[in-house]
Amino acid sequence: MSQEILRIQKISGHAGSVPGEDTQRQYTVCKLIDTTTCIGCKACEVACMEWNDLPFGETVFGNTYQTMPETRWNYWNLILFNEHEREDGTLMWLMRKNQCMHCAEPGCLAACPADGAIVQYTNGIVDFQQANCIGCGYCITGCPFDIPKMNPKTNRVFKCTLCTDRVSEGLEPACIKSCPTGCLHFGSKVDMLDLAGKRAKQLREHSNFQNAGVYDPQGVGGTGVIYVLHDATKPEIYGGLPRDPHVPWTVKLWKGPLKWLGNVAMVGGLIGLFVHYLRFGPKAREDEDINPRGEKS
Amino acid sequence: MNPTRRDFLKLTTIGGAAAAVFGFDLKPAFAQLRTLKIARASETRSTCPYCAVGCGTIIYTIGDRAKNVTAQVVHVEGDPDHPTNRGTLCPKGSSLQQEIMNDRRLLKPLVRRPGGTEWQDISWDDAINEIAAQVKKTRDETFVEKDAAGRTVNRLESVAWIGGCTDTNEFNYLVVKSMRALGVVHLENQARV
Repeated sequence: MSQEILRIQKISGHAGSVPGEDTQRQYTVCKLIDTTTCIGCKACEVACMEWNDLPFGETVFGNTYQTMPETRWNYWNLILFNEHEREDGTLMWLMRKNQCMHCAEPGCLAACPADGAIVQYTNGIVDFQQANCIGCGYCITGCPFDIPKMNPKTNRVFKCTLCTDRVSEGLEPACIKSCPTGCLHFGSKVDMLDLAGKRAKQLREHSNFQNAGVYDPQGVGGTGVIYVLHDATKPEIYGGLPRDPHVPWTVKLWKGPLKWLGNVAMVGGLIGLFVHYLRFGPKAREDEDINPRGEKS
Repeated sequence: MNPTRRDFLKLTTIGGAAAAVFGFDLKPAFAQLRTLKIARASETRSTCPYCAVGCGTIIYTIGDRAKNVTAQVVHVEGDPDHPTNRGTLCPKGSSLQQEIMNDRRLLKPLVRRPGGTEWQDISWDDAINEIAAQVKKTRDETFVEKDAAGRTVNRLESVAWIGGCTDTNEFNYLVVKSMRALGVVHLENQARV
């Protein structure tokens, strides 16, 4: 049923072909978050917790309206509240819904060594399969947005699933549905980019935001969650949104050249062993060796 | 076949090497999708009880309303066909499932007697009878037939009615009719449903 709709195009730590690669003509899904119309009501946070039946844990007060300092393994969707001082000295809220960005080239998936623990469906959703997770935490290193979080009790990593269960059945994600101001949108990537571009243009031309723009970082191949920002030239002011996110070079090196070098070394070692055996034969026994009967030879 | 220990070890090694080389995966699928938890749940339309906006909600309960199933609320979300909210809900509305399932939710009437500190159980019949008796007593004692200027007003100023936000038009019509019949002038309800 659902497997027919959602096939997999990328699998972490997997040798060989991927069943769904190049097999489907499917649109990529995308969330559009218009930070300019977010009022910070947190309906999306609550809707996420309700739909995914996540328990709410104890948290700390950080002198803002923000629910907690950062996302957790059981809190996947968090509005970041940022007080921003404009050039004329007045204050404004910059509120950003922070969750998994569902990158087209996910750093978590590249870093993951466990076969099938992280998959990317043909519609672009990046999903963690906790049953295959080995709890190494490399995905946390690989993510440029600091999103995957470890459950310390079970050593499994969790994050936003973009409501895979809903999307595969043709529904929108829970957070998108709840948003009362309509700052969240859901649809195909093409449509969302179009809508975001129009909104940014409107902000530039009819509001006082000359630098308004769309955040769809190409360093990770574009993301399945895009933002409209008041000031696209300074994404850092939105709670540390990276200007040009990349998969860490350590992960790239380790999963690219180092992996091949390691394989070559391993195979070379085996061949060397074999050649050594052919050339010199088995290790000659010393005179002091004891034969199976226990007598000196 | 009666393999020796040496043969057995050989076979195991060859078999293991073959499995490793040619690929042998016991896992049937790489991803097990979570199933939609409301796929065949019953949908019931309702109204959010919190504020005067009166957002439409859909309450999802397990089972198909068959006789032997006790419905259990599994999810609440906005009603996309409702003209007020068109599927959206605020954070309070989004958490309605917890309100419905809350173990501190009142499911029966309680009474606190004048001067009392404890809430006591009371049956619906007793509660309604007692309220009716109190209304009658209050009305008999405080009904205003004429105001200070001698004009006929026939009003009851000592009783007020406050409605809730899930009250429908029809319910409010009945409220106004019955309360006006008593002479109540302080009528208000939060509902704009």
